Amino acid sequence: MTQRLRVRYAKRGRLRFTSHRDISRAVERAVRRADIPVAFSAGFSPHPKISYAGAAPTGVASEAEYLEIAVTRPCEPQAFRAALDASLPPGLDVLDVVEARVGGLADRLECSVWEVRLPGADPGAAEGAVKEFMAATEVAVERLTKKGMRKFDARGAVASLTADQDDHVEGGPNQSCVILRMVVRHETPAVRPDDVLMGLRLVADFAPPSPPSVTRLAQGPLDASTGEPADPLEADRVGGDQ
Amino acid sequence: MSVESLFPRLEALLPKVQKPIQYVGGELNSTVKDWDEATVRWALMYPDAYEVGLPNQGVQILYEILNELPDTLAERTYAVWPDLEALMRAEGVPQFTVDAHRPVRAFDVLGVSFSTELGYTNLLTALDLAGIPFSSADRGDDDPIVLAGGHSAFNPEPISEFIDAAVLGDGEQIAIAISEVIREWKAEGEPGGRDGVLLRLAETGGVYVPRFYDVEYLPDGRIKRVVPNRSGVPSRVFKHTVMDLDEWPYPKKPLVPLAETVHERFSVEIFRGCTRGCRFCQAGMITRPVRERSITTIGAMVDNGVKESGFSEVGLLSLSSADHSEIGDVAKGLADRYEGTNVSLSLPSTRVDAFNIDLANEFSRNGRRSGLTFAPEGGSERMRKVINKMVSEEDLIRTVTTAYSQGWRQVKLYFMCGLPTEEDIDVLGIADLAKKVIKAGREATGSRDVRCTVSIGGFVPKPHTPFQWAAQCDHETVDRRLRELRNNLRNDKQYGKAIGMRYHDGKPSIVEGLLSRGDRRVGKIIRAVWEDGGRFDGWSEHFSYDRWMACAAEALDGEPVDVDWYTIREREEHEVLPWDHLDAGLDREWLWQDWQDAVNDVEVEDCRWTPCYDCGVCPTMGTEIQIGPTGRKLLPLTVVS
Repeated sequence: MTQRLRVRYAKRGRLRFTSHRDISRAVERAVRRADIPVAFSAGFSPHPKISYAGAAPTGVASEAEYLEIAVTRPCEPQAFRAALDASLPPGLDVLDVVEARVGGLADRLECSVWEVRLPGADPGAAEGAVKEFMAATEVAVERLTKKGMRKFDARGAVASLTADQDDHVEGGPNQSCVILRMVVRHETPAVRPDDVLMGLRLVADFAPPSPPSVTRLAQGPLDASTGEPADPLEADRVGGDQ
Repeated sequence: MSVESLFPRLEALLPKVQKPIQYVGGELNSTVKDWDEATVRWALMYPDAYEVGLPNQGVQILYEILNELPDTLAERTYAVWPDLEALMRAEGVPQFTVDAHRPVRAFDVLGVSFSTELGYTNLLTALDLAGIPFSSADRGDDDPIVLAGGHSAFNPEPISEFIDAAVLGDGEQIAIAISEVIREWKAEGEPGGRDGVLLRLAETGGVYVPRFYDVEYLPDGRIKRVVPNRSGVPSRVFKHTVMDLDEWPYPKKPLVPLAETVHERFSVEIFRGCTRGCRFCQAGMITRPVRERSITTIGAMVDNGVKESGFSEVGLLSLSSADHSEIGDVAKGLADRYEGTNVSLSLPSTRVDAFNIDLANEFSRNGRRSGLTFAPEGGSERMRKVINKMVSEEDLIRTVTTAYSQGWRQVKLYFMCGLPTEEDIDVLGIADLAKKVIKAGREATGSRDVRCTVSIGGFVPKPHTPFQWAAQCDHETVDRRLRELRNNLRNDKQYGKAIGMRYHDGKPSIVEGLLSRGDRRVGKIIRAVWEDGGRFDGWSEHFSYDRWMACAAEALDGEPVDVDWYTIREREEHEVLPWDHLDAGLDREWLWQDWQDAVNDVEVEDCRWTPCYDCGVCPTMGTEIQIGPTGRKLLPLTVVS
C-alpha cells in the first residue's frame, strides 16, 4: 500500500511570482532529483501522484501552501522534509511534513489568513474603510475572470479584517505602511485579498498609492473560538502515534 | 566599482506583467558571482523571449564555461515582452540580467546568440533599453563590446552597424580566448581604448570587426569589394571548430527554469556537423566536419544531466542523430538503463529508413508509440535530387509501412515549398506521397486508424550554401502552391481526412530571406522597422510584413537595390556576396559546382562513408572527420525506480 505525505511549504520572496503550474513542475523535478519514490498514475501517460490544494495566486507570497505526495515505499516524514527542501529552489521552502492518516486535506482548508501590506497608505483612511466594509452586510465587487466580468459579494466570506500600522518600514520615517490582516473563508466564487481591496475602494474610496504586497499566513479549519484557522495537519498528527 | 541590483525597481513592475517568473532568475544551477572579484564580465543574450532563450544550448554552454574561469563572470539576459518594455521605459529601468539583475551596460561584453535573423529587432530593443548607442561608431569606453554569434553571425552584415564584433562557429574556445584578450588589455591599462581591444581581437583572424572593413559598391548596386581599412586586420575571418567534443562535455549543470519553456528536457549534443550535403541546409554546411561525441561521454552526460536537472526527458541532439556511428548501442544502452523509470528519450532529426524505426522502438520502451517524424523535404523525386535529399519514394513507403505495422499510429512528414527549380507539380507531389503513405499504412495495419501530417516550411536561401546564388521564390507563388496542395488534400474523399497539413504563408520567408542574404544597406531597414515598433519578428502575432516592406521602400529610396533584388534575384557566379570575406571553410568553387549539380539533378554522397568530394572544410580549417566506432558499450547504472 502506498503512503501519502502531507506537506506544508512556503512561497517566499521573488518565488512568489511562480504560478501554480510553475510550482508543480518545480516540485516534480525536485522530487526526481531527491530520489523520492513518488508513485505514478497508471495508464497511457503516467503522472506523478502529487496533488495541490488551493494554490495562492501568482504574485502572492505564502507561508502556508499545502500539497500531498503518494510514495511507493514508506518515508520518514522528517527525512522527507529535509530532502525535499534541499532539492527545491530557495524560496520554495518545505516547512512541515506529516503522514496522511485521516480524511482529506483539501476539505480542512476552510479559510486563509492574509496579510496585505500597503506602503504609503494613510492609516486613518484605512481604518475608516475597514470599519465601513465590516459594517456592510454585502459589498458587490467585479473581477475579470476567464468567463468575462463577474459580479459577486466580497463581504460575506470575510470573517475578520483589521488595519494596523507598521512603524518599521524601509524608506525613511515619513513612509507609512498600512497592514491589513484578514481571515477569509474559502467560498465559491473565491474571495481574494484584491477583491477585498476593491471592496474598500467601493465603500470608502480607499485607494492605496502603490501595489499591495500580499502574503498568505495560514490556512486551515476555521476555529470558532478564536476566529482563526487551526493547523490543518493536526488531525494527522493526533490520528497517529506521535 | 560595484553595481547595484535593479531587482527592487523591477520587482515593483512585475505584478503588472504577464508571466513575471521569467524575469526573476534563480534557476537551479544558475550562478551569481561577485562583481568586484571578476575582471571580465559577460552578459549573454538570447534575443527572444525567455521561454525560447532559456533552453538554448549555446548560451547555456558559454554561460557555464565562462563562469568556470576564475576572473570571469557571465550572466544572462533575454528579450523582454512589450508589456514589461513599456513599464521599464516609463520607470527608467534599464535592460537587466536575470541572474543578479545588473544593468547590461555595466558589462564588458554583450554576447548575443542569433539562431535566426528574426531576432535582430530584439537586439535593438535590448540596446535601447540598456542605454547602449545603436551604432558601434557612437559607443564609448563605458559601453560593452556587442558581440554576435550563432548561425546568423555567418552573415552579420545586416547588423554590422549595431555590433562591434562577430564570431563564426563553435563558441567554447573562442569565448575563453576573447576573455583572455580583454583581461590582458585591462591589465595593461586599456591601451587604445575601445578600438584598441577590438583591434587585438580582429588581428587574430578569429573575430570579425565590421567597422574595420569597408564595403565598396558597383553602380548597379552589387558589391565591388570588401577590404580592411586598417593595417593588421586580415582580409578574411575564419570560423572556429571544437575538434574533441569529449573534452567539452557541457552542459554539466543544466539550467532548470521555474517558468515554462519551449523545451522541457535535458539535451546532449551527440555530434556536431553533418555531411549529408542537403543543399538547402545552412547548418549542415557551416558546421562541418562531423565530430562525434563518444558513446561513453554521451552516457555519462545523460546520467549527470538527469540527476542535476530532474528533467524527465532526454533529447539526443544533432543535425541527423541516427547517423552517429554507434547510435544503435547508444539507444539500446540508454533504453536499458532507464527501462521501467519515468525518464523518456527522444531523438530528433532522423533520417528516413527502417533502422530509424528500430531506434524509435528502443526509445519508446518507456512510453507510447504515438508519432514518428521523417523529413523527405521535397515532394517529388526530382526535387529531392535538386536538394540532395537522397530518399526515394520506395524508401519512404517501406519505412512508414514498418512504422505503422509496429504500432506507430501517426507519421509526420516535413517538406519545403519554394525550392530552386520547383514547379507546381513538385508541390502537388506532397499530396500524392501523403496519400500513398496512408494507403500503405491502412494495408499494413488492416485499420483505418492511421494518420499522416504534412508540415511545410517556406524555403529561404542561406549564405554559405550551394543555394546562396539562388533566386528565392516569391511569396505569391508559394502561397498559390500551398493553396492548391491544401485543396487537393481537402477534396480527396478516400484519404483526405487522414491527412493533416500545417503551413505558414510565404511572406515571413521573404523578410527572413532579406535578412539572411542582406548586406550593410539592410541595416537601415532593421532600424526603421524597430523605430516603427517592430519587435519579436519570429512570432506571427507580432510580425508585420507590411511594416517591413514599407520601411524597406523608404530606407532603400535612392539606392539601386530593393527587396526583390535581395530576395528573388538569382546571383551570378562571380558576384561578390556580402559574406565572401567570412570563411566557413567551404570552397567557393565547390559550392558553385554543387549549385550547378543541383540545377542538373545530380546528387552527391555523404563523405562520412564515401570518398572526400573536396568541399574544402578539412584542409582549410585543419580539421578532419571525427567518428567512431569506439566499440565500447554503455554500462548500466543504478537508477531510481
